[in-house]
Amino acid sequence: MNFRTISALVMRYFFLYTRSPMRLVELIFWPVVDLVVWGNVTVFIQRNTNAQFGSFILFMLGAMILWDVMFRAQQGVAISFLEDVWTRNLLNVFVAPVRTAEYLSATFVVGLLRIAVTGLVLCLISWFGYSYNIFSLGWWLIPFFLSLMVFGWSLGMISTALILRWGQAAESLAWAVPFFLQPVVAAFYPVKDMPAWSQPLAWCFPATHVFEGMREVMKTGAMDWTALVWAFVLNIVYLALAGWLFVWILNLTRKRGLLTKFATQ
Amino acid sequence: MSETDQREVVLESRELTREFDGVKALDAFSFKLHRGEILGLLGANGAGKTTAMNCLLGLTLPTSGRIFAFGKSLQDHKIEILQKSNFSSAYVSLPGNLKVWQNLLVFAHIYGVRDPKKKIADLLEMLEVTDLRERVTGQLSAGESTRVNLCKAFLNDPELLMLDEPTASLDPDIADKVRKVVRRRQREHHCSILYTSHNMRDIEEVCDRVIFLHKGKIVCEGRPADIIARSSGSSLEDVFIKIARDGEIVDPP
Ligand SMILES: Nc1ncnc2c1ncn2[C@@H]1O[C@H](COP(=O)(O)OP(=O)(O)OP(=O)(O)O)[C@@H](O)[C@H]1O
Ligand SMILES: [Mg+2]
Repeated sequence: MNFRTISALVMRYFFLYTRSPMRLVELIFWPVVDLVVWGNVTVFIQRNTNAQFGSFILFMLGAMILWDVMFRAQQGVAISFLEDVWTRNLLNVFVAPVRTAEYLSATFVVGLLRIAVTGLVLCLISWFGYSYNIFSLGWWLIPFFLSLMVFGWSLGMISTALILRWGQAAESLAWAVPFFLQPVVAAFYPVKDMPAWSQPLAWCFPATHVFEGMREVMKTGAMDWTALVWAFVLNIVYLALAGWLFVWILNLTRKRGLLTKFATQ
Repeated sequence: MSETDQREVVLESRELTREFDGVKALDAFSFKLHRGEILGLLGANGAGKTTAMNCLLGLTLPTSGRIFAFGKSLQDHKIEILQKSNFSSAYVSLPGNLKVWQNLLVFAHIYGVRDPKKKIADLLEMLEVTDLRERVTGQLSAGESTRVNLCKAFLNDPELLMLDEPTASLDPDIADKVRKVVRRRQREHHCSILYTSHNMRDIEEVCDRVIFLHKGKIVCEGRPADIIARSSGSSLEDVFIKIARDGEIVDPP
């Protein structure tokens, strides 16, 4: 791994973002819209219902934000790759001395930066607009955020592999990858309320452990470390699997001669 | 001729074959490129030139056969080899929404160029595109972007350079300048260059040696002047047409 290569690739994304303001809009606009809508809903409900329902909606808000973290991390990785496809630059990158791990790391960094920008804007707006400090929920949010981000990276690699294999036709499919998982990762409801047969499946994903952990903390105020450990271990498994899938598909496209076709069409 | 060439072999393929859906785009292609040599790869549309180049760059895996660059197997020493090589094609572009200098700066960093600012300025001047520095890459004309792509290809002072139709879409004046630049690179940096073009003028002026491909097979190889002398044609263009139509050069009676 060469740090210089990674930073050069990240620099390229930085240029891309400064050169195309629409990308910045997308980075900030949708999360802000989300936040304002849900913030207003929360205020409305808190004023008109009892405390119990108010705390229920706080669950939902927390879940929304955490889900967004995972979704944006996945997008960060996939979009970075698609930038190269859209700009017909892929071959220039592949004939440069760039290792696959360096290329992927750069997309991870971009995913991280995207979340940092979005997160900062959201925190500021919720602070000034709703006097709501998300960290009043506790600093344990940070490891949960990180876990979801890493899982988002894995999903991003899987999406990218799909696009590599099936070309731009698979693009919309690639966007949908996190949503395939939405029903089973228990983002908005506890695992125990899911159909019995799907519960063992749910526990296979690091995201499930994070969402469950989050609900546990909100309910009891105590941090559930086993949830974090599970999320961490599963994340390593998924990172390895997704990385392996990406490399395997990349080699497959080289073998089939799809890489050059795909990159110049 | 290659057999007698005493210079170091920079790039070599042995029995390189590439099939697409059972059809051989490249058929037992073996060749050697020596240090400081410019080798032209010629052939009709679909003859397998781009396929050969893509295999040699590691973008496409050959169905069988081996590739060596700087005496090392491409498969096992890819990054090391790519660090000393570069590539430019009329069909690959740099990110269109970045400015020219931004694109070049990014690749300068990827290749680890020392003093990238100066390098970029020098190359832009050499290809006479200094005034395009602040322009958005996607808005350049075909010929302008070809020259910017060439700047990218020269960034790391490659020892091995592969150019796929570098003069496609250039006007005669600029094409002439590009040929001179390529020649000068070879002279001053002892760069080995693999070159494809459909412009025979290009080939005669630039290439020390050419290989004619027909349906993925080498049908003829040698110095342009020798090949013309050997065939009944009067120019490389005649030879080209003959090979494209008959698949061989008919020796004069
Ligand atoms: N990825 C691919 N999948 C299937 N067939 C391919 C692929 N790439 C190339 N081919 C086929 O291989 C043959 C050689 O193509 P190639 O692009 O190497 O030709 P070329 O000599 O570069 O032609 P041109 O002068 O038109 O650029 C063609 O018949 C082409 O259709
Ligand atoms: Mg070609």
